[in-house]
Amino acid sequence: MKKTGAQIVVDALIREKIDVVFGYPGGVVLPLFDALYDAEKVKVILTRHEQAAAHAADGYARATGKVGVCIATSGPGATNLVTGIATAYLDSVPVVAITGQVATPILGTDAFQEADVVGITRPITKHNFLVKDVAELPGMIKQAFHIASTGRPGPVLIDVPKDVSVGMVDNYEYPSKVDMRSYRPNTVGHIRQIRKAADAMADAKKPLIYAGGGIIISGAHRELLELAEKTNIPVTTTLMGLGGFPGNHKLFVGMPGMHGSKAANFALQQTDLIVSVGARFDDRVTGHVASFAPNAKIIHMDIDPAAISKIISVDIPVVGDAKNVLAQLNKEVRPRRANGWNKTVAGWKGKKLFDYQPSKTEIKPQAVVEAVYRATKGKAIITTEVGQNQMWASHYYVFTKPRTLLTSGGLGTMGYGMPAAMGAALAIKDRPVIDIAGDGSIQMNIQELATISLNRIPVKVVILNNSYLGMVRQWQEMFFNRRYSSSCLRDGVLCDECKGPGKCKHVYIPDFIALAKAYDIEAFRATKPSEVDAVLKKGLAVKGPALMEFMVSKEENVFPMVPAGKPIDQIVEGQ
Amino acid sequence: MSTHTISVFVENRHGALSRIAGLFSSRGYNITSLTVAETEDPSTSRMTIVVAGDESVLEQVVKQLNRLIDVIKVIDFVKDPVIDREIILVRLDATKSTRHEIVSLASIFGGTVAAISPTSITIELTGTSQTIGDFISMVKPYGIKELVRSGKVAMAQARK
Ligand SMILES: Cc1ncc(C[n+]2csc(CCOP(=O)(O)OP(=O)(O)O)c2C)c(N)n1
Ligand SMILES: [Mg+2]
Repeated sequence: MKKTGAQIVVDALIREKIDVVFGYPGGVVLPLFDALYDAEKVKVILTRHEQAAAHAADGYARATGKVGVCIATSGPGATNLVTGIATAYLDSVPVVAITGQVATPILGTDAFQEADVVGITRPITKHNFLVKDVAELPGMIKQAFHIASTGRPGPVLIDVPKDVSVGMVDNYEYPSKVDMRSYRPNTVGHIRQIRKAADAMADAKKPLIYAGGGIIISGAHRELLELAEKTNIPVTTTLMGLGGFPGNHKLFVGMPGMHGSKAANFALQQTDLIVSVGARFDDRVTGHVASFAPNAKIIHMDIDPAAISKIISVDIPVVGDAKNVLAQLNKEVRPRRANGWNKTVAGWKGKKLFDYQPSKTEIKPQAVVEAVYRATKGKAIITTEVGQNQMWASHYYVFTKPRTLLTSGGLGTMGYGMPAAMGAALAIKDRPVIDIAGDGSIQMNIQELATISLNRIPVKVVILNNSYLGMVRQWQEMFFNRRYSSSCLRDGVLCDECKGPGKCKHVYIPDFIALAKAYDIEAFRATKPSEVDAVLKKGLAVKGPALMEFMVSKEENVFPMVPAGKPIDQIVEGQ
Repeated sequence: MSTHTISVFVENRHGALSRIAGLFSSRGYNITSLTVAETEDPSTSRMTIVVAGDESVLEQVVKQLNRLIDVIKVIDFVKDPVIDREIILVRLDATKSTRHEIVSLASIFGGTVAAISPTSITIELTGTSQTIGDFISMVKPYGIKELVRSGKVAMAQARK
C-alpha cells in the first residue's frame, strides 16, 4: 500500500490499539495532524501545553498499563515535552513521544524551530530514534512501542523530520513482530536463584517484604499477596508500589523512607532479610545508605539487572519480571507462621499507620484526604501533585488496588497531577479520578482546565490550599530557622511587614473558584471543617469536571519525617 | 581505583556513540580512551573503552552499558588476559645529526619512519600502552613537535 510518513504513523497508532493521543500542533507536524484529522479510531486531545500532553500520556499509561502517546512539534514543542518525558523515565512508564523535526537536508543548521531533541532526550528516554528515511519509519515505530512496553518500561521518542512525514513509501507494511538482537529482556527468574531465595526466607527470623512499582507495572499484585499470606511476612511498599498490596491488610506496614511509617522504617532497620521485588532502594527510601538495614541479607528481584546492587549490595539477585518471579517463588517457599517478629512489627504499626492532630477550627489537610477516601469508598484513582499534598495523599488514602495512585515518585514533578488525571479519566470510566493538589503545583499546569472543560473530562481537582509551597516551607521551618524564603504564595509588593501565616490579610491569588468558573468548571470552596464533607459531596456529584478548594491549616507539617541523609529510624514524629 | 578495558559491540547506527559516551559523562567518569570502528559485520561496531574508576562503579557502568538498546554485547576484560595495542604517530625535531639515532631507537621498539623532512621525522609505532609510553620518554629529549595516540584496541587472548 502507498502511504506517506504521516499516514504510516497514524496507521501504526491504530495497529498498536492507541485510541487517544495527546498533542499540540506546529509547523513541521502539520502533515501528521492532517493525517490524524481523518483517523476516526484515534482521538486527539489538544492540550494547552506540551508538558501536559506528556503527563496525560503518562497518566493514561499508568492507569491502564497500555502505552501512552504524545505528539509535539519541533523545537519549543519538543522541549516542552522534556519534563514529562523525564517524569515517565524515572517512574518506568511506557510512553511514546512523537516529535516533528526540521527536514533532513537542513538538520543541524539552526533552522527555524530546530532543536536537537534526540540529543536532549537521550539521557531521559529508554531509547530514541531520529528517522532519516521514510522507509525506516514502520520498523522504528514498531520498535518504539516494543521497547517502551517491554522489560523495564520507559519512554521512547521518535523524531520525525518534515520530509519524512511527507515522504512516500510504495509498499508499506506494518511489521507484525520485532526481533532485536541487542534487546531481549529476561523475564523469567533463574530457578537456582529462586530456590536460594526460598531457602533464605525459610531461615530468616525477621523477614520483611519490600515491594515497589514493579509489582504494579508487571501486574504481580496477586502473586505478592499470595507470597505474603503464605509466609506471613510483613509487607512494606514504596510510594510507587502503593496499591500493589492491599493498604488495609494486616501484614501491611505502610511505605518506608523519608515520610514513611514508623513500622516500615523500624522493620527495615531491624529485619534480617529483605525480600525486595520491583523496588530500587531509592535514596528517599534508604536515607543514609551506610546505615540502612544493617542486619539484613537482601534478596533483590528486578527486571532490570542494572537496578541490582546499584545502591545496596545484594546477596541473592534474581533477574526477571515480578509476576513470573513471584509465581516461581510461590511454588518454592515454605509456609511460615507468624512469630514474635510479627508481633513486634504489629506493635510499631499500632492502630493507625499515620496520625495527626485533628482540629475543630481549622481544616486539616489530612482530614480532607480522609474525607475524600470516605466519600469515594476507596474506589477512586488518585493522582497527586508534589509536596505535602503528595505525602498526605499517600498516607491518608488507603490504596487497595494497583493503578489507583498515579504520582511522580522519581522526578517529583509539580504540575503532574492534573494532566495525568486527564489521561487516566479518558481511559478509566468506572472510577472517579481525583487530583489531590497543592495550591502551588496546580498552577504549573493550570491551563489544562481548558482541556478538561472543553472535552468534559470528568477530572475532580481537590486543592489543599495552605498558601505555601508547603513542603519547601516545612524544610525551611525545620532546617532553615523559619526563614520562609520564596515559599509564601501570598508574598508580593504589598508585604511591607510579614506578621506570619496566621495573620496574613492579603487575598490569595488566584481565586481558584473564580478561575475554574472562567473555564466553565463547577467549583466549590470549604473554609471550615464543617464544610469539608458537603463540598466533597457537591464536587464529586458533578458529572463532568469539578474543582474543590480547601483552605487548610497553613503551617501543617508532614510527619513522620526522617531528615535527608539520616538513618531511617531517626524519625521526627512532630506535633 | 583501577583501570578497565571494556569492549562494546553496538549497532552501527548514528547516535550509538553519543549514547555510550553520555552514559559515562552523566556519571562523572572520564573516558581514558575510546576507539571505534566497524567489525567484519558492517552492521556492528566494536568499541574499546578504557576507563578508570573503582570496582563497584565500573561494574555499574558495565550493567548500564548492557541496558542500552543499541548495545549487543559488553566484555569487561578484568578477569581475562588480553591482547591490546595502541598506535602512535610522533613528529620529532630531527636534523642530519640526530636522524639516524632516532631511526635506530625506533627500530628497537619496532617503529618505522612514516615521513621525513629536513627538520623533522615522523615515527609510527604500534605496541602496548607500556611500550608506547617507554618510547615516548626515550624520544622526548629530541623535542616532540606533535604526537597522536590512537587509544587502545583490545581482544581477549585465545583460550588454550
Ligand atoms: C517542577 C518543580 N519545581 C520545584 C519543585 C520543588 N518543590 C517540591 S515540593 C514544592 C512545594 C509544592 O507546593 P504546593 O504545590 O503548594 O504543595 P504543598 O507542599 O503546599 O502541599 C516545591 C516547590 C518540584 N518538586 N517540582
Ligand atoms: Mg501549598
